[in-house]
Amino acid sequence: MSQYDVVVIGGGNAALCAAIEAAEAGADVIILESAPQHMRGGNSRHTRNFRCMHQGPLSVLTDTYDEAEYYDDLLRVTKGQTDPELARLAIRESETCLPWMERHGVIFQGSLSGTLSLDRTNAFFLGGGKALVNAYYACAEDLGVTIRYDSEVRHIDLSEGRFSAAVLTDGTRIEGRAVVLASGGFQADLDWLTRAWGPEAANFLIRGTPYNRGVVLRDVLDQGAVSVGDPTQCHCVAIDGRAPKFDGGIVTRLDCVPYALVVNRDAARFYDEGEDVWPKRYAIWGRLVAAQPDQIAYAITDQKAQGLFMPPVFAPVKADTIEGLAQLLGLPGDALRQTVAEYNSACRDGSFTPGVLDGLATDGLDPPKTNWARPLDTPPYYGYMLRPGVTFTYLGLKVTERAQVQGAHGLLPNVWAAGEIMAGSILGQGYLAGFGMTIGTVFGRIAGQEAAAHVG
Amino acid sequence: MLDNTLSDEAARQFQICNSCRYCEGYCDVFPQLFSLPEMSAAQATHLANLCHNCRGCYYACQYAPPHEFDLNLPAVLAELRQDTWERHARPQALARVFHTHGVAVAAVLIVGFALLFFAMAALRPEAGEGFYAYLSHNAMVLIFAPAFVLPLLGLAVSLRSYWREIGGGWVTWADLKRMGGSVARMKNLSGGAGQGCNFEQGARYSNARRHAHQATLWGFLMCFAATSVATLMHYGLGWEAPYPFWSPPKLLGVPGGILLCLGTGALAWLKLRAEKGLGAARVWGGEMAFVLLLFTVSATGLALYAATGTGAVPALLAIHLGAVLAFFVLTPYTKMVHGFYRMAALMKRNT
Ligand SMILES: Cc1cc2nc3c(=O)[nH]c(=O)nc-3n(C[C@H](O)[C@H](O)[C@H](O)COP(=O)(O)OP(=O)(O)OC[C@H]3O[C@@H](n4cnc5c(N)ncnc54)[C@H](O)[C@@H]3O)c2cc1C
Ligand code: SF4
Ligand code: SF4
Repeated sequence: MSQYDVVVIGGGNAALCAAIEAAEAGADVIILESAPQHMRGGNSRHTRNFRCMHQGPLSVLTDTYDEAEYYDDLLRVTKGQTDPELARLAIRESETCLPWMERHGVIFQGSLSGTLSLDRTNAFFLGGGKALVNAYYACAEDLGVTIRYDSEVRHIDLSEGRFSAAVLTDGTRIEGRAVVLASGGFQADLDWLTRAWGPEAANFLIRGTPYNRGVVLRDVLDQGAVSVGDPTQCHCVAIDGRAPKFDGGIVTRLDCVPYALVVNRDAARFYDEGEDVWPKRYAIWGRLVAAQPDQIAYAITDQKAQGLFMPPVFAPVKADTIEGLAQLLGLPGDALRQTVAEYNSACRDGSFTPGVLDGLATDGLDPPKTNWARPLDTPPYYGYMLRPGVTFTYLGLKVTERAQVQGAHGLLPNVWAAGEIMAGSILGQGYLAGFGMTIGTVFGRIAGQEAAAHVG
Repeated sequence: MLDNTLSDEAARQFQICNSCRYCEGYCDVFPQLFSLPEMSAAQATHLANLCHNCRGCYYACQYAPPHEFDLNLPAVLAELRQDTWERHARPQALARVFHTHGVAVAAVLIVGFALLFFAMAALRPEAGEGFYAYLSHNAMVLIFAPAFVLPLLGLAVSLRSYWREIGGGWVTWADLKRMGGSVARMKNLSGGAGQGCNFEQGARYSNARRHAHQATLWGFLMCFAATSVATLMHYGLGWEAPYPFWSPPKLLGVPGGILLCLGTGALAWLKLRAEKGLGAARVWGGEMAFVLLLFTVSATGLALYAATGTGAVPALLAIHLGAVLAFFVLTPYTKMVHGFYRMAALMKRNT
């Protein structure tokens, strides 16, 4: 039986930040990561950037991005469902995180080509999240942190009202004086997702790691930890329907919707494809597709739209006629022809400008397409299959501004949480690109410092 | 014939990268890839020759095996590069043998030794100073001039055919400058931010390979310069070898030889520690033999200098010259070509 000062559950960004801080404060730390070594790093290994406040240019970030603007951006996407104290803390601390990250081996690069203009707000990781995770693992190893892969924690022993040990799936007890819970959300547990969302969730694709099954989250909630966030809420986007069930990551995103006509299984349109520029509508299409029969939809473009959006990872289905395309996609040919014909006749003359709201709207169509509405008339035609892809869930643990976990009878004296597992404490819905890594870094560091101080 | 299986596989992986772009800052391959309107076999070949096998993009890739996307860009690009070199070589069969089989390289080396021993025994001059006491200057020229010039001509033919395949146009001064700067600093082994590559320490960055390669490159160039200067002095100034320590050939050759020795030694050591599966695994033996051949050239050269005036000179001279001969003759058929193809790739404008 082993006894550590600080036991860290999980092996993603939040866990690593906590482990590094605790080890630097002199604690004897162990990381328990359920994934094997080559899959380490959870969803963090799929990320590309983090959102960072800064007064004046900082590393690769240009200009200024101050607290007020950052907070406004957050409020807008969460429609006010934000904890102001914790959100402002995360925002303010993000500025000190960037140099800390660089000191611990993370290398930044300028905003990637083809990304929405994020060069002022988001710092991109050279090589992406997996390179960041690799740097942190190397750093943790150098600090003498014990790292155990293939070690799924199934139970957190809180029997005396405080943490005493983490129990692995094989029954091993890892004892410790403090614990940091950083094992992510529960989106990879499809049964749980189905219970929360409904049977449609069985058809959802999981964009990130298959290891975030919420085992630890469930276990501590069952022991009375206070939960925050709506279990039915998850960040869900429309991705390529041919993506793998798990771990498809960033490349399965499809950006063609604004320049396409989108139909469901019955070849019927169901929403305004041109409502807004894609980055602003990216996150609603997951839900829209989830509400369609079989949770599937098809985006159809013609030759004119090629080159207007980021290249997709899977080559689209291609045909010279609409009927031919319908056949290849398994859609009813007559119905698709009719939908396209109705749409085409509702398109009117006007100038088309990609990337900005050009007001080129359909006339008398329901639902309308309010921008970029050009007739589908130039073969070949292209078809892209869409399915809902879940990024993460919102249900989580309630924590204080020191990342301490709220138990049934007050704060648990030696339990902290960081990252996705507590992100619901900060935002209840919506998502701001790059904020996940900010939450994980800020609260991971705080949790590590607090846990080390507690045992120190 | 262009091997389409390899370029198709590279194109498949490139398409995934193109939707991801996380590795944009590592090297020149990615920005060029992302600016291409369409991928072709020729473009894939060009990008493969631009890749320096720093392996950053493998260790950073969330889609590396066993992920079903099976991304291993360093390996497929290494295979494709290898295919380019063998396909454009004349005769191709020699390239296939020497790139792949370290033993074949060793055999040529032994033939080189034997030839020189034989030449020295058969053509022993009546008189002469220094090395020329064992093999006359004329005999040396007779052996080494064709052994140097003919392979280079062959290499030039190969490069021309490669340049045509990738659609390289006129070379401007700016292209040369860009290429020179990139080679001099080994920019593409810097990892983009000076942290180095992922070679002998897996997921950790290190500059060891970049530094070892720098030592090898600069050491080689200094040795080459030493020989060139000596030739000029011989014919232009009538100043014949042996040269004292404080003379241009020795001042270039001795430190150059030491650098080359250290650099190749380090490269061989690093190669032993690196993951084989991230390069062209089938040519590992040939590559290793080539590094060791260069090591032999430099080590015997230094030994020869150290042995000046002793009875070991004739034997060491035969061994050293035999190694140099093997190196010259094998230039178009070994890893040595990578430098030329790489320079060509770096010179190509990204249009
Ligand atoms: C494709 C994709 C792209 C994204 N891009 C960005 C981006 O660019 N910027 C951004 O800010 N956010 C991004 N996000 C969101 C971001 O990934 C998360 O917000 C962040 O990674 C959460 O970090 P974490 O450490 O809490 O969780 P994770 O990184 O998911 O780590 C959880 C860890 O816990 C382990 N684990 C789970 N259960 C157990 C158990 N029972 N026992 C032991 N270990 C366990 C897992 O194996 C994993 O290592 C993206 C998400 C996805 C899916
Ligand atoms: S190698 Fe992997 S991480 Fe890098 S750009 Fe390609 S797909 Fe993305
Ligand atoms: S191995 Fe290095 S040089 Fe080659 S493509 Fe990958 S990052 Fe670029």
